[in-house]
Amino acid sequence: MSLRLQSVSKISNGETHIYPTNLELQKGTMNVLLGPTSSGKTSLMRLMAGLDRPDTGKIFWDGADVTKKRVQDRDIAMVYQQFVNYPSMTVYDNIASPLKIQKKSSSEIDAKVKEMAELLQLTSVIDRKPNEISGGQQQRCAMARALAKDVGLVLMDEPLANLDYKLREELRFEIPRLFEASGSIFVYATTEPEEALLLGGNTATLWNGQVTQYGPAMDVYRDPLDETTARVYSDPPMNFVSVRKDGAGVHFPDGQLTRLNEDLASLSDGEYRAGFRAHHLEMSDNQSGSIEFEAELVVTELTGSDTYIHVDVMDERWIGLMPGLQTFEVGQALKICLDPQNFFYFDKDRKLVASPNRKPEESGI
Amino acid sequence: MQKTVNQRAWFLVLPVLILVAFSSVIPMMTVVNYSFQDSFGENIFFWVGLEWYKELLQSERLWDAFGRQLLFSFIILMIEIPLGILVALSMPKKGFSASICLVLMSLPLLIPYNVVGTIWQVFGRADIGLLGRLLSDLGISYNYSQNAFDAWVTVIVMDVWHWTSLVALLAYAGLRSIPRAYYQAAMIDQASRWSVFRFIELPKMRGVLMIAILLRFMDSFMIYTEPFVLTGGGPGNATTFLSIDLVKMALGQFDLGPAAAFSLMYFLVILLISYVFYTVMITVDKDEAKP
Repeated sequence: MSLRLQSVSKISNGETHIYPTNLELQKGTMNVLLGPTSSGKTSLMRLMAGLDRPDTGKIFWDGADVTKKRVQDRDIAMVYQQFVNYPSMTVYDNIASPLKIQKKSSSEIDAKVKEMAELLQLTSVIDRKPNEISGGQQQRCAMARALAKDVGLVLMDEPLANLDYKLREELRFEIPRLFEASGSIFVYATTEPEEALLLGGNTATLWNGQVTQYGPAMDVYRDPLDETTARVYSDPPMNFVSVRKDGAGVHFPDGQLTRLNEDLASLSDGEYRAGFRAHHLEMSDNQSGSIEFEAELVVTELTGSDTYIHVDVMDERWIGLMPGLQTFEVGQALKICLDPQNFFYFDKDRKLVASPNRKPEESGI
Repeated sequence: MQKTVNQRAWFLVLPVLILVAFSSVIPMMTVVNYSFQDSFGENIFFWVGLEWYKELLQSERLWDAFGRQLLFSFIILMIEIPLGILVALSMPKKGFSASICLVLMSLPLLIPYNVVGTIWQVFGRADIGLLGRLLSDLGISYNYSQNAFDAWVTVIVMDVWHWTSLVALLAYAGLRSIPRAYYQAAMIDQASRWSVFRFIELPKMRGVLMIAILLRFMDSFMIYTEPFVLTGGGPGNATTFLSIDLVKMALGQFDLGPAAAFSLMYFLVILLISYVFYTVMITVDKDEAKP
């Protein structure tokens, strides 16, 4: 089983929703579509599902062209951001509904429904209607309905977005378990990098209707191949600064110079964009080799256990993640520190040339 | 805690008290007063107690009108609710055509009741009316002023023409509020059109349909102007519904006592049926999915 998109694109009302995209998803894989709102996650899923026809390109299922196949004739299941269940049916009947349409025998249906209810912890509410159970249970019911169908392709479009934090965490841990039990191709859309990392599998990062990178989650996170991917796969987005590299080292716009260790020495001279993630921005210099910058605080956000600070540094706006509760005054001058070890370097074409775990020569540039 | 006594607050509720007194309490109590007395000219009244109520409850005339009324409301609901849903289902979902449809649908609702009656009175006439003439040219005998059945058909068709839009508009609003994800999910589930209607659209429309049924029931149960203009309650008593009968009694015969008793009973019946209906609606709502 595999799903292959071959230069698939979608344009509606003169607006390009999906630029020509090639993607191949293998049997038994978890595939996370990661991107901000309206980056094309749902559009891409609708194409995979067959709810929309691509304007160009072809879709292959197991090597067979299914581009023109109606959604009713494809064996897929989908879970939505809203909790979609049949309102007048009990949880039992809801889970059984796709099986009844598949004309399974009643004993088979009963066994499958009970198994699914067990798997998704719905056994205690199996005789209730969707509006009599909690939001989390409603979404589990929708998932049970999708999984009961036992199909090759399960699409989940931000299924946890409408749930509160606690339920979201709970279900987040259940999804990989469900996925392992099913053996289907899972496609999961989310806006949160954290979720993509937790779910593991492969990540496809999306930006403005384009898949910027596809690969194992950790690889994409560690080595985002361009600036856009790096932004998308960081929460808060990656911070950037323009630097110039020459024989002496890396020059920052404020005139500071840092020497490069031998790993980066082979980087050719020129202009680069250096990027680093929020948690690498530090307040105190506790490491040798750190560079110190003068910054002005713009905003602080308290999350309870952490503090996000937005600072203006050398014409750039950076966001830093500080552990614990920190109190600052807006407009306050701060000294912040960065360890150049944590820098990603992108060239003029916004392509990655070096990252903390990749030397310049390995990137092939 | 110290309670502050502020008698001036009474002045603030005074306007509403006066308004309600004059608009409903005083007229209502006047009717109650009439219903226990017999009246003669020159404002002479005699106390008769429950006499009018007893008499009315035994009167065949009232029970006949009541029966006709129930039958009428039943037929109206049986036609207008399914038809309204059907119309709503076949209306365009968006765009310019949807707006056109909505405007066209609301036109009948904007026409005054007596105008509706007049329109149909002319429309159905065998000599000059479009419908009446057409039917008689086709060889179908049709005369709403002579034939009781024809009169009923005309009154019902007229009401359907006038009020189905209301049901359709309510149902349409209910349908539009269903998220697209439901339809997609049903498509993916390979559900049939009928299943989509039965298990998604109908349950999601429940709330508005209940309101539509309640509104149409109350309105049709109180129908007066349109049949009065069209047939005047005839032929014979064929289309004499409760309110037409009531007006005949109060103004035609000037029997104020019985008419007052009649209107109070009429009022209580509507109140009772609406209350029962509302209660059923609420309990069913608890059992079943909310819209």
